[in-house]
Amino acid sequence: MSERKQPEEMRTVEAIEPERYEAFAPPSYHFDLERRDFLKVVGGGIGVFLVMGEPAAALAQESGRPQFRFRMPPLPKNVGAWLHIAPNGAVTVFTGKVEVGQNIRTSLAQQVAEELKVAVDAISMVMGDTARTPFDMGTFGSRTTPTMGPQLRRVGATAREILIGLAAERWNADKKTLVAENGAVRDPATGKTLGYGELATGQTLAKTIISTDPLEPPADWTVAGKPLAKVGAVEFVTGRHRYPSDIVVPGLHYGKVLRPAAFGATLETLDASAAKAMPGVTVVHDGNFVGVVAPTLEEAEKALGLLKATWKTAPQISNAELFAYLKQNVLPESEAEEDRLRHETGSVESGMADAPKKFEATYTVEYIAHAPLEPRAAVAVWQGGKVTAWTGTQRPFAVRDALADTFHLAKDDARVLMPDMGSGYGGKHTPECAIEAARLSRGAGKPVKLIWTREEEFTWAYFRPAGVIDVRAGLGADGKLVAWEMHNYNSGPSAVMTPYDVPNQRISFHPTKYPLRQGSYRALAATANHFARESAMSELAHMAGADQLEFRLKHLSDERLKAVFLAAAKKFGWPRAKTAPGQGFGIGGGIEKGGRVAACAEVAVDEKSGEVKVTHVVVAFECGAIVNQDGLNNQVSGAQVMGLGGALFEAIEFADGKILNPMFSKYRVPRFKDLPEIEVVLVDRVDRPPAGAGETPICGLAPAIANAIFDATGTRLRAMPLAPHGLKKADPTPPAPRAAAEPA
Amino acid sequence: MSIEIKVNGRKHSVNTSPETSLLTVLRDHLGLTGSKYGCGEGECGACTVLVNGYSRRSCIMKVGDLHGQPVTTIEGLEQEGKLHPVQQAFLEAEAFQCAYCTVGMIMTTVAMLNAMPNPTDEQAIEFLNGNICRCGTYPRILRAVHLAAERMPKGEAR
Ligand code: FES
Ligand code: FES
Repeated sequence: MSERKQPEEMRTVEAIEPERYEAFAPPSYHFDLERRDFLKVVGGGIGVFLVMGEPAAALAQESGRPQFRFRMPPLPKNVGAWLHIAPNGAVTVFTGKVEVGQNIRTSLAQQVAEELKVAVDAISMVMGDTARTPFDMGTFGSRTTPTMGPQLRRVGATAREILIGLAAERWNADKKTLVAENGAVRDPATGKTLGYGELATGQTLAKTIISTDPLEPPADWTVAGKPLAKVGAVEFVTGRHRYPSDIVVPGLHYGKVLRPAAFGATLETLDASAAKAMPGVTVVHDGNFVGVVAPTLEEAEKALGLLKATWKTAPQISNAELFAYLKQNVLPESEAEEDRLRHETGSVESGMADAPKKFEATYTVEYIAHAPLEPRAAVAVWQGGKVTAWTGTQRPFAVRDALADTFHLAKDDARVLMPDMGSGYGGKHTPECAIEAARLSRGAGKPVKLIWTREEEFTWAYFRPAGVIDVRAGLGADGKLVAWEMHNYNSGPSAVMTPYDVPNQRISFHPTKYPLRQGSYRALAATANHFARESAMSELAHMAGADQLEFRLKHLSDERLKAVFLAAAKKFGWPRAKTAPGQGFGIGGGIEKGGRVAACAEVAVDEKSGEVKVTHVVVAFECGAIVNQDGLNNQVSGAQVMGLGGALFEAIEFADGKILNPMFSKYRVPRFKDLPEIEVVLVDRVDRPPAGAGETPICGLAPAIANAIFDATGTRLRAMPLAPHGLKKADPTPPAPRAAAEPA
Repeated sequence: MSIEIKVNGRKHSVNTSPETSLLTVLRDHLGLTGSKYGCGEGECGACTVLVNGYSRRSCIMKVGDLHGQPVTTIEGLEQEGKLHPVQQAFLEAEAFQCAYCTVGMIMTTVAMLNAMPNPTDEQAIEFLNGNICRCGTYPRILRAVHLAAERMPKGEAR
């Protein structure tokens, strides 16, 4: 983060802001093609390998000889993905990315298909199997669409050119006169065609392409952005698709883990005699880890209930102390140096001194849970000292590495397979369920399935970090911002930089100690930082006597962000006149992960009950060129629904190392009745490379709602969730101005 | 002990306690994994099946309480290889992302259309409010419901 000193670059930056919770160990590539005897596996044909990040120079030995035989060493090791065309014409794409509901199984296949000129359903996607797909860091950070998509497009195009070349050789024709279509190469002059299978027969051709080579600009895509139905959709509506929790293997047993009484508790005593006395039941006890294995789920549940344990616990903080705790526990300068963010332009002090109007406010966000509908699940099997685990994770290779570490195995002796799962939203990065299943399986000597209960998922996964955000700003006599200061405590640095033009800025992220296990989440800190900044922008607009939209536009030089604000406003009919009591309108938006988002919200606040209902949302989103219109629409709309929960009512309640609301009856998630009318405006920029869409669209909604509630009621809410129990019970008084301490 | 149940028109005898949840019996004894676990407390609808044509949360229904009533799961909806109109509608409306909620949504919709062949948006929202889609595909699910209602020949629902 040391590069954060240049404000201009920050404003227009297209690079991805590193997330500290997503900054993992450096890649360790294990895809060793020679050792895997690649040819034996696939039986010849044509392969195109995408080599990650290696400068072309590293492959100089190949220059002048771009194609080489499979067996001819050395094959590059840093393969990121590859495509295989078998002698029977079957096309298979191997990638370590995983499908979690974001529809990349379809969109990636679509992009390959477009280039390779085959039908989408002619392509099989092998994803997230550590034994068969190349290493991949994980599916997160909205990286698949901007990186893997275009790269696979190139892979497909390269394969097409190889096939055309082969046909040209056979026919003794000029490559340029041949066309590829419908899985075959055709010579329009003679009408002859050769199917890809025929062309691949008897071949052992491989070609590498380098990921750092320039990409074809989206405007030159042969077919761009066509909507396409989800691959394998029938499997989902028939219930035939096997999610991680549906995997069955012969001799399967069921596991349950005894959970400690509180976070950080240590086991004092254990009486497992009653459970052990049950026929077929194994109790696995290893330090603090206690679990049971039984032939059926109901017996495993019963055995778990028979375990008698006492735990040593320590007092821990609760929601009531949370925000004070974060502010008081900023990590010392020497720690977490790379996480810290400090940005300074001009002088906030002199800007504030000159400002006729001054603004200061504190915003907070609670811990919230991902609560994917499929909780963590794993099936583990040991055979000959090797372990295989099917599990729901966004990082199959990290889970493999964790299994290897935990059980002291060589990495190749642990295999992780990731069946398309019941989503994650950034919440399934960690390996514990697979490790627990593997530990139980080893202890019992049986294949074991472990599905976390909803309560376990709510308690033992991790949370989106809570945070405190302090904002201070000065307004000039011309109604423009002269100073802007923002400090984020704990929730993270994503999107903490302001996209607005302000001459004097001080922006910091302060890592702190924190009480609950925290990690990635859809857009992570960008939601909190947008909530604070975009709420403050509307507060400042109010102070300046300006319209919320006008005020923003006045401070914006990022044309793309302007464009989405205008697009959302136009569709929404901004500015709108109120037609009913309790009605209010708000706006919010910003830049994250290369995308631009703006949301307009209409709320209706019931004056008697204080109930807040979001009635209408328009969200405009631009993420460069659109790959799959319908899929993108679905993602953006879904992000509004999910964002509604975090904005209005989701919050983890905790005390003394326990989660107090670990179930859907106590932790409220958005349901049908919460659904506003949602309109999505997609701004297609075919001149720009595509950016990811799973995260950024969630960022604009919460501040838009907060601003709309203010517009409706005159009450400014600065704590997320905004109205967990409606407005009456919410604290109508703004939090006290922050202590005048100098920022750390 | 052995318990007799009728699922998708077939009789099964299951070796378990009457206290065991219907969901566990379906998924782990009969291998019918279409019905999903999402909460175990009747709050999410992922496990919804039809009992005697009515939607029931199989996670909180004890198998011993069935007393011979027939159970229909997603695996029993297709007829002669043809998707049920509700399945077809969900497919066409692409009313899912991860689709983990889809089976429960489809089963609840089938039960709803049994009782209410042409629900309004409000009625559908009321009926489906107990089903969670964490991916937030509710608007598409409503579209699928209406599509199914239009298509469903009278008497086809079960
Ligand atoms: S699993 Fe039965 S309602 Fe959630
Ligand atoms: S589609 Fe993922 S829960 Fe509904």
